[in-house]
Amino acid sequence: MAEKKSLGKELTKGIILENPVLRLVLGTCPTLATTTSVTSALGMGVSASIVLICSNIVISALRKVIPQKVRIPAYIVIIASFVTIVQMLVKAFVPVLDEQLGVYLPLIVVNCIILGRAEAFASKNGVLSSAVDGLGMGIGFTAALFVMGTVREILGAGTFMAGIKDLIGGTFNGFDIPFLNENPMLIFVLAPGGFFVFGMVMAVANKLAESKGQPKAVLHGCENCPMAKTCSIKDTHEGCNTKEAEA
Amino acid sequence: MTLNNKLVVSASPHDRSVRTVKSIMLDVIIALVPALVASVIYYGPRALLIEAVAVATCVIFEAFSRVIMKREQTIGDFSAVITGLLLAFNLPASIPLWMVVIGSAVAIIVVKQFFGGIGQNFVNPALVGRIVLLASFPTAMSSWVEPLSWKNGSIDGITSASPLADIHNMIKSTGTSADIPNLKEMLLGWREGCLGETCAIALIIGGLYLVARKVIKPTIPLVYIGTVAVIMFIAGKGNLQFVAYELLGGGLMLGAIFMATDYTTSPITFKGKIIFGIGCGIFTSLIRIFGNLPEGVSYSIVIMNILVPLIEQATLPKPFGTPKKEKEEKAK
Repeated sequence: MAEKKSLGKELTKGIILENPVLRLVLGTCPTLATTTSVTSALGMGVSASIVLICSNIVISALRKVIPQKVRIPAYIVIIASFVTIVQMLVKAFVPVLDEQLGVYLPLIVVNCIILGRAEAFASKNGVLSSAVDGLGMGIGFTAALFVMGTVREILGAGTFMAGIKDLIGGTFNGFDIPFLNENPMLIFVLAPGGFFVFGMVMAVANKLAESKGQPKAVLHGCENCPMAKTCSIKDTHEGCNTKEAEA
Repeated sequence: MTLNNKLVVSASPHDRSVRTVKSIMLDVIIALVPALVASVIYYGPRALLIEAVAVATCVIFEAFSRVIMKREQTIGDFSAVITGLLLAFNLPASIPLWMVVIGSAVAIIVVKQFFGGIGQNFVNPALVGRIVLLASFPTAMSSWVEPLSWKNGSIDGITSASPLADIHNMIKSTGTSADIPNLKEMLLGWREGCLGETCAIALIIGGLYLVARKVIKPTIPLVYIGTVAVIMFIAGKGNLQFVAYELLGGGLMLGAIFMATDYTTSPITFKGKIIFGIGCGIFTSLIRIFGNLPEGVSYSIVIMNILVPLIEQATLPKPFGTPKKEKEEKAK
């Protein structure tokens, strides 16, 4: 069913309408933990996106081979292989980023977005559209992290893109914001500020999606779930965390 | 026909209280005046300036948010004035004015208006304003100014530790420090601290006025201060002087009398109020004895604010005449 949709739609839905972080509320842990600066947010976003695209392609290609009963362990093995590859590459070429992300880099294995897309999309769709879906979701994830990282770094540290040189090379290494640099609001790089900025950005995304005729992201009930159309457990609700939250 | 004009037909209740939100808020403002006067005496014109900025920005933010949210204007009930005053009372005299504005914005826009305005906030707005400032600008928020130093000119230069920190150091190292003010000075507010928290006498006068006017019930302040006293008596191994310093030091009086008794964020029932007061006292004592911070009144009140819905649920009175059986069955 979904394969009839145009590939362009698969790509763009991940950015606002079905943005994994802001609309599906998946992968919140790395979102809160790695957005203290733009550099680490971008590093996290790109690493997770690469894993997402690769795992989507492989899972989609193997979707007819993987037995239904052991599909989750199979997905985890595939995802974990790609995470290991990405982690080794990061350690070898951008060791600074590896230090910044710390445990959150290997934790991409259990990132809800990747597992969620494998379950909801890649296991039922062709290789090409799964790859495009992974790319769109990856862009959406990275964009959400970038916005949050920008707000938190500017207000909480008074800098913008500090240390970006280590990530992308070149000569540009961020700049200081004049007044905020001397009086940063530390709370924005602490956990409470993270939750606050997350809520604010989510509210804006909700408003944007609503103006396009999409329902608000609500944490209970299938009717309002943005994933309802593609949900594989729509009828059984087996293992659906939104259903549990309702009960 | 003439009789018709004189006879007013209306639905009950016919005997109405003259008390309104506005009159209650005005009573609270009157109760805060002694502490305000004390702060101006001790910290000079700058204290008044901080208080004026806090009140003005709170009222402006309230007015703007109501206009933007297209809701009924509520600045007329003076609740924003009280939030501003309480926020200013929780700030040190040397704080830059732009930080005061940030505190007001957090208190009014984020804590109060995002959650629906007066009566809907889940925690005390002024306290969250203070906590956000404390977490964001720890240095500026814990630089104290010596009282009455404004008369000698410069107010910004002098900073020192608060007596509460000194007391804790004294207890821990068992040596006496000469810098600690005596108990009489503590009672009158002759010590380093936030603008409104130092003068215990002024705060108690304000509290008594509120109790006499029946604006607040004395339950929460008494239980709160009593719990802290009992725990500190045990922690200080029976040292009564230590207990007195703990009660008069920090923001305990201000918090117990004016912050913990906020209608919206405290329980309604008598039992609930007692649980709330004990909880505040325990958290305050724990933070003071074991925490890294010298003071924990604001955090403990906010923690208990969040627990209020649970306390209310647990202490819901049983309607008169309902059979006991129900309760027993539930217990099974």
